[in-house]
Amino acid sequence: MGMTLIEKIVKNNTGTAAKAGDIVTVNVDRVMIHDIFIPFVASKFEEMGFTKLWNPDKVVLIYDHLVPASQVDDTRHFKVGNAFVEKYGMKNIHRADGICHQLMTEAGYVKPGNVVFGTDSHTTTYGCVGAFSSGIGYTEMASILGTGTLWIKVPETIRVNITGKLPENVMAKDIILKLIGDLGADGATYKALEFAGDTVENMSVASRMSMSNMAIEAGAKCGLFSPDEKTAEYCEVELTDEMKNLKGDEDATYCRVMNYRAEDFVPVCACPHNVDNCKTVKSLEGTEIDQVFIGSCTNGRLEDLMAAAEVLKGKKVAPFVKLIVTPASRKIYTQALENGTMKILSDAGAIITHPSCGLCCGRTGGILTDGERVVATNNRNFLGRMGSSKVEIFLASPKTAAACAVAGKIVEA
Amino acid sequence: MEQFSGKIWVLGDDIDTDIIIPTEYLALKTVEDMKPYAFSPLRPELAGQIQEGDIIVAGKNFGCGSSREQAPEIIKALGVKCVIAKSFARIFFRNSINNGLLLIEQDSLHDHVTEIDKITVNVGESIEHNGEKYAISSLPQNLLDIINAGGLVKAMRKLNGLDA
Repeated sequence: MGMTLIEKIVKNNTGTAAKAGDIVTVNVDRVMIHDIFIPFVASKFEEMGFTKLWNPDKVVLIYDHLVPASQVDDTRHFKVGNAFVEKYGMKNIHRADGICHQLMTEAGYVKPGNVVFGTDSHTTTYGCVGAFSSGIGYTEMASILGTGTLWIKVPETIRVNITGKLPENVMAKDIILKLIGDLGADGATYKALEFAGDTVENMSVASRMSMSNMAIEAGAKCGLFSPDEKTAEYCEVELTDEMKNLKGDEDATYCRVMNYRAEDFVPVCACPHNVDNCKTVKSLEGTEIDQVFIGSCTNGRLEDLMAAAEVLKGKKVAPFVKLIVTPASRKIYTQALENGTMKILSDAGAIITHPSCGLCCGRTGGILTDGERVVATNNRNFLGRMGSSKVEIFLASPKTAAACAVAGKIVEA
Repeated sequence: MEQFSGKIWVLGDDIDTDIIIPTEYLALKTVEDMKPYAFSPLRPELAGQIQEGDIIVAGKNFGCGSSREQAPEIIKALGVKCVIAKSFARIFFRNSINNGLLLIEQDSLHDHVTEIDKITVNVGESIEHNGEKYAISSLPQNLLDIINAGGLVKAMRKLNGLDA
């Protein structure tokens, strides 16, 4: 009997074959905690009676949502975090290096086949390198810090096959937005998404990351890609036989199979106020906008900034539009400086910020007010996420977002 | 079998965690401080109206969105006895169990109720409303173990020999 990708990861982790529906205890390879939840994790950990971390090297603490502090009380989170790191002998801490999900793969904390949990719903991102990763709450995180284990129900899998060549103005973001629109915001709840086909094989790891990042927006537990040579290069590992075998078998049991032709995709937006409210950019053309945000753990990578720069080169942002660009990490920030991308963006009139979660979670510069519209490359357009509850958020690819910034209204790139 | 009755507040589909508690209030010190802002983007008056023992009845995908555990904690702190929804998002589901907030999946009740109606819950068996009975199922044993221990913190304290 064939196995799905998630069933293989679980088997390799526990040493016992498991199928969808089984409840198993996994051994955790790495965990990530971010600044918003560290005070809660720390107090639960001590309330549970633990006195040491199961393995300090497997724990990563990242300050990103609150960096730099924008409200008086934010600094308390850094103080609690710093004290926790000191007390329990942790080494893996990032205080101003970028967004947690970018850093977990970029800094080499996650490898193919790993089992990883984080105190953030977009922890599904690491599926881009063939790791099983998912978001949990701070109480469960505290229990992992003490025990190194967590119970999971092995999910059923929805297989998504995509074949062919994408049109020029279409990015991985358009694929995942369309897929979420087709599945619905709860269409993959409790399930794994498994991506395959030559379109995803030809994608960069960065593009795969945009898709695994948003798996949660269809409710999925994880969004998985098979590791290949690109993954190996990105993760700086030699692929072992076990890693090479991390792909869904022909005769595996899938609860649903979805087939797409890459040529059929067009630029799309997720319209207010749900991520599954997917419409073609064409059908929205002419909608006036006030702001554009290019950044986040979904689309703040070098290829995203370069794609935006290509559209913006030699042009100017519309006079009444604010274009905010937030690189996902310090490394990306530096690369974009060195290869000239930043200059193109700046010349076009972009406001370029420090690497962080920034506007995506509505915590720093760029908050909007009643009646305003923003085109944004992040992953959520929920009511009230970027300011008042009367703001309209349209999610789109970096190419679409850049084209909208120039036009001052929604247009195709 | 546990049985309780309460008046209900009715919410729609896809009630996300940014609605339950917006990010801007997450750095407040305690859940008590955050409580007044529960559901504020959607219904700012609701947090003040909910009373001890009330029940929330919602559509599908309740609790979708972020991993913020304050979401079930705040609902519990408001005095809500349980949330009944057509379905729940998975992180919210785990967080609720770990904090001892009872969740019940029931796919047809929502279509037949009006706000402030009264319902009776027979845990693991049925919900009664206007003389109709709606079947509900029981949770798997490993989850009942956590709830019976009084939540995950208490289960871990027991593991560490702090509590009997």
